[in-house]
Amino acid sequence: MTAKVVTVTSGKGGVGKTTAVANIAVALAAKGQKVVCVDGDIGLRNLDVVMGLENRIVYDLVDVIEGRCRLRQAMIHDKRLPELYLIPAAQTRDKTAVSPSDMVLLCNELRLECDWVLVDSPAGIERGFHNAIAGADKIIVMTNPEISAVRDADRVIGLVEAAEKGSPELVVNRLNLAMVKRGDMLSVDDILDLLAIELIGIVPEDESVIVASNRGAPLTLDAKSKAGQAFQNIARRLMGEEVPFLELDTQGLWQRLLGRK
Amino acid sequence: MNFVDRIIGRKQSASSAKERLQFVLIHDRTDLTPAELEALKDDLIETISRHVDIDSTAVSITVAQDGRSQRLVADIPLRNATRSRFR
Repeated sequence: MTAKVVTVTSGKGGVGKTTAVANIAVALAAKGQKVVCVDGDIGLRNLDVVMGLENRIVYDLVDVIEGRCRLRQAMIHDKRLPELYLIPAAQTRDKTAVSPSDMVLLCNELRLECDWVLVDSPAGIERGFHNAIAGADKIIVMTNPEISAVRDADRVIGLVEAAEKGSPELVVNRLNLAMVKRGDMLSVDDILDLLAIELIGIVPEDESVIVASNRGAPLTLDAKSKAGQAFQNIARRLMGEEVPFLELDTQGLWQRLLGRK
Repeated sequence: MNFVDRIIGRKQSASSAKERLQFVLIHDRTDLTPAELEALKDDLIETISRHVDIDSTAVSITVAQDGRSQRLVADIPLRNATRSRFR
């Protein structure tokens, strides 16, 4: 096997990176892929609780890097799916416990083990971010349709390009269609104009995201959830499928009557 | 934004967010503050004036965006050389 390593990052915190990693991972695993998620947020781990695996942690990422356990021992199997694993972050250490070259080695070892490695990056643009992108083949930048999140995304895109990691792809998360229609929220087109990178997903705002994380149950398996559907579409695009983006009717009735864009 | 705002032509908040972001991103990406841009403009005027006669009041220096790359665009109107020679 030679896995593709995909890192999800954003600059700003709270835009939905961890939720995205958990849900894209579940969607890929549900398609029969072998997936390993790596929580790169050392000291502030959360992917374990979002995935509902917090009670099963024995070893973590820093244990692997410092040689206290073998890679396989730190991979927690999510039993709801045949081939989904999590390597949790260490909670009592900080990001200096890992270096970018450690991450490159770890990713190379994981490449032989599975089809996909999904790395959840911490917020910020310091060491933790550089660790998270070091071993990546593809980088996904997440943003919300909100001024500060878009500004931070732009900064991160610049840093990814400066690190010679190629142009990242964009996920716009928490889009509220009603607000876009009213002209009170940046549209996906506005954000694409500003950031000028390729789009890989549009995720609508959806209450079921919180409900799913409360339960530690993957949202992607809930067929009724619009956000879950959007994450499944991202997984399909990663696998090379052409999936149309959500039809976004952003022209409200009055705008149409007034002929305004 | 409600109907009343639209009738009286108040700007939608999304378009002001976009305009503000356009401005802020240019400066984030280039690391050029508006003050530095002004200083650059003054230096340019001084240098170019040593070689040709320009209308220094009409010089404009802007940062234009082209995808993810920026370019510095200078518009420097020249004064008509023949006219000044016979003046």
